[in-house]
Amino acid sequence: MAKVVIPLGPQHPALKEPANFALSLDGERIIGAAVNLGYNHRGIEKACESRTFLQDVYLIERICGICSHSHSTAFINAVEEVAGAPAPKRAQWIRTLVAELERLHSHLLWLGVAGHELGFDTLFMYSWRDRELVLDLLALLTGNRVNYGINKLGGVRRDITKDDVEKIRPVVDALEERTKYYIDLVTTESTLAARMLDVGRLCHEDALTYGASGPVARAAAVDKDTRRDDPYSAYGEIPFDVITDDHADVYGRAVVRVKELLESCKIIRYVMDNLPEGPLEVKFPRKVPAGEAISRYEAPRGEDVHYVKCNGTDMPERVKVRAPTLANAASVALMLQGGFLADVPIVIAAIDPCFSCTDRMVAVKDENSGAEGVMDWESLRRYSIEWYMERGVSFENIQSERDS
Amino acid sequence: MLPEALKNMFEKPATEGYPANRGDVFPNMRGKLNFEADKCVGCKLCSRDCPTGALTIEKIGDKQFKAVLRLDKCIYCGQCADSCNKSALSCTHEFELASLSQEDLKVEL
Ligand code: SF4
Ligand code: SF4
Repeated sequence: MAKVVIPLGPQHPALKEPANFALSLDGERIIGAAVNLGYNHRGIEKACESRTFLQDVYLIERICGICSHSHSTAFINAVEEVAGAPAPKRAQWIRTLVAELERLHSHLLWLGVAGHELGFDTLFMYSWRDRELVLDLLALLTGNRVNYGINKLGGVRRDITKDDVEKIRPVVDALEERTKYYIDLVTTESTLAARMLDVGRLCHEDALTYGASGPVARAAAVDKDTRRDDPYSAYGEIPFDVITDDHADVYGRAVVRVKELLESCKIIRYVMDNLPEGPLEVKFPRKVPAGEAISRYEAPRGEDVHYVKCNGTDMPERVKVRAPTLANAASVALMLQGGFLADVPIVIAAIDPCFSCTDRMVAVKDENSGAEGVMDWESLRRYSIEWYMERGVSFENIQSERDS
Repeated sequence: MLPEALKNMFEKPATEGYPANRGDVFPNMRGKLNFEADKCVGCKLCSRDCPTGALTIEKIGDKQFKAVLRLDKCIYCGQCADSCNKSALSCTHEFELASLSQEDLKVEL
């Protein structure tokens, strides 16, 4: 049978964000896959260069709606290092608490999405209902359900009172109960296992070669977690286990994530029990001395790397963000190979992709002549209209509707 | 799953009947800004630090200032309130700020 190439995306019901996967098929089997990014580039790195450090924190926080705290903490850690003004201990512990709450809500979100992609919508409803509890806690502590705005250069903006701690405890207990149920569900429910076992395989060696990170790597028995390997915030002082699994497939990734929920509950409890007293912030200079720093952060989806170069002014000279999905995107093509077309949604969802965090600018090159060009918005629009008109699609009706 | 289904039959709905029931907001919430003109000295630290350029302080007389806020640009981060040394700006819990016309979104505080 002849090879068929199917484009999945950029707009596709199974994708929550635009990305394109070109799948070569032999019948139902995928024999080759290519990942094409570039539909969602927002130019945040560049925009940071024309804003002050203080304003950048809010912009960086909006790289991702789910792991917003991850990005802002990673950025702030880098800037604080260059400025030589680390946040005080209590602030570091509060950041850790929010970070783990974020991991809870992110993994619960993933579990729901995974259930949905597998056609198990009850799981989606269960886990998203429980995720509400975490979002309420985040709103209680920070004021917002997402984009918490708790971080500031040199500290945090909100304190945690004894009252808050008393409100957090029962919720964490309840979540732990629910998590045990989810672990039970994922590991014993036969229909789930049938849909996840041996699907989207990425073996240990490939995970290392392709630089996979986070739960994707840990599910392939790569014992790697930035929280333990290169501690930031308060992680150096908190006992916790790094969860790994050796299934190296979608099942393994699910197991790693649900078990990490338990670890997060443990960390949150430890932070509440041992929260040190002290100031919430140090005075932070508006102008940061020249220097550069790289900061690594274990976001729910994997390792998030920020690079910041300062030149002595109140604005950064260069900000670079390597979101975890970019590290995992390369291995998706490998995971898809040899699998079935019907499994594509869950294989993609299993890396917990976040495409707008990841997206890069794409340079378009003519395959034959090698010529490159830059298109502005208007010429791109004209080009697309002409492209469709050549293929017999008329835009006259749309045009007249627009003009009327 | 069965106990869950039975429980849900007798529980009250998870949703709230907005707008009759406006729900509770958390005390830390940052909503629309409040501006106390008598405290403002016109230093403009607030608008300088605003990440979105939503806030402008205009002089309307001798030592008198007004604050103009673009509700559509504001991300309700509260940085302006943090930056103000005179506590002239603060966050309220007002969150119903949608409007059909862009003109209405530019408000004088
Ligand atoms: S920072 Fe405060 S005092 Fe200064 S202009 Fe703004 S509101 Fe007025
Ligand atoms: S709340 Fe934030 S975005 Fe809104 S005016 Fe104040 S600083 Fe600007």
